[in-house]
Amino acid sequence: MARLSDMPPNLAEHLQGLACPDMGVTPAVGGIPLSQQRVAIISTAGLSRRGDDAFTAGAADYRVIPADLPTSDLTMSHISVNYDRTGFQDDVNIAFPIDRLKELVAVGQIGSVADFHYSFMGATDPIQMKPAVDSLLGPMLGEGVTAAILIPV
Amino acid sequence: MSALGHYLEAAGIATVSISLIRTHTEQMTPPRALWVPFELGRPLGAPNNAAFQTKVLSAALALLERTDSPLIEDFLEDAPSGAGSAEDDNWVCPVSFPVPAGEETMLSALKREIAGLQPWYALGLEWRGRTTFGISGLEMDAIGEFLAGFAENGLDQPNPLPELPIAEAFKRANDDLQAFFQEAATAQPGHGGTHADVLDWFWGQTHGGKVLLACRDAARETDDARLRFMVNGLMVPRLAAARLGI
Repeated sequence: MARLSDMPPNLAEHLQGLACPDMGVTPAVGGIPLSQQRVAIISTAGLSRRGDDAFTAGAADYRVIPADLPTSDLTMSHISVNYDRTGFQDDVNIAFPIDRLKELVAVGQIGSVADFHYSFMGATDPIQMKPAVDSLLGPMLGEGVTAAILIPV
Repeated sequence: MSALGHYLEAAGIATVSISLIRTHTEQMTPPRALWVPFELGRPLGAPNNAAFQTKVLSAALALLERTDSPLIEDFLEDAPSGAGSAEDDNWVCPVSFPVPAGEETMLSALKREIAGLQPWYALGLEWRGRTTFGISGLEMDAIGEFLAGFAENGLDQPNPLPELPIAEAFKRANDDLQAFFQEAATAQPGHGGTHADVLDWFWGQTHGGKVLLACRDAARETDDARLRFMVNGLMVPRLAAARLGI
């Protein structure tokens, strides 16, 4: 269904028309085996803790999601209505695979899971998110995060 | 998503992106990406299917060991069908609404639906252990009264969240109404409704959907540009609009 050819024309044309900035090429960081990586999730699903401010149109900031947050306290306030929410209603791991990451640590596939994860709201121009991402670097590097999996919705 | 990969990688954090729209990823060239063929909203493929989610996640994380960037790998396996999958069909909403004896107002019709759905919503809350309802902070009855009132009175209807602009209050009430209806309609464990099924039901068969469409008409008559933007672009899913002509 995420194949544009499978979508109704009005949705496919909308998605194809979205501006995508030219980001150039950024050399990949290497040198750490997967089994030693400390991994954080960066979501753009508009996730937050229940009680945090909901995301609004144009929001370029982020919300912090502790790794031990009960799933009952994880909510979604993405402004778009053009995606399925029933999967997330049934299982947070469909968009925020925190349980799967912890299982991969248990079997030694990755080194560890970060104590804190983060969510933006993906309808915002990503260029506007740069200052917020910069402000995340201290906390992420501070707890030893070496890798991030970036998950849209 | 791809842009964040550039920012983090430049700071020394290795990244891998899951890609749902391949053409966007191709244009923005993140260091590493795994394109997946799943429905928007389901980047790990299938809810309540740990084995499949792990397969997707492992395929993405494995790319962290590569440095031949920018790279896009394709995950070509479709999400498995099964209970609650995006590909099931023949779904029928388990909720049926009693037919009223006399004429109803928009509010009374919506309240009747909400009352009929409440036991199913509660059942869903019990087996899921959580809910996505609650963004507005309002109770379901208050949301119904606000939306039905807005449909009839437009901006003369009092804002139930006066600390917020009416457009934002409306958006949150709208999101909560849809979450309540969706979670109730899919409350049976093992439900087989697709996203399209649920949209068809909500927008084509319920008073909840009818009230929101009436709200859209009312909002379009106002001078509030933010509110018009919200109802025109952030309320009716394009999939529902295409399927139902709304």
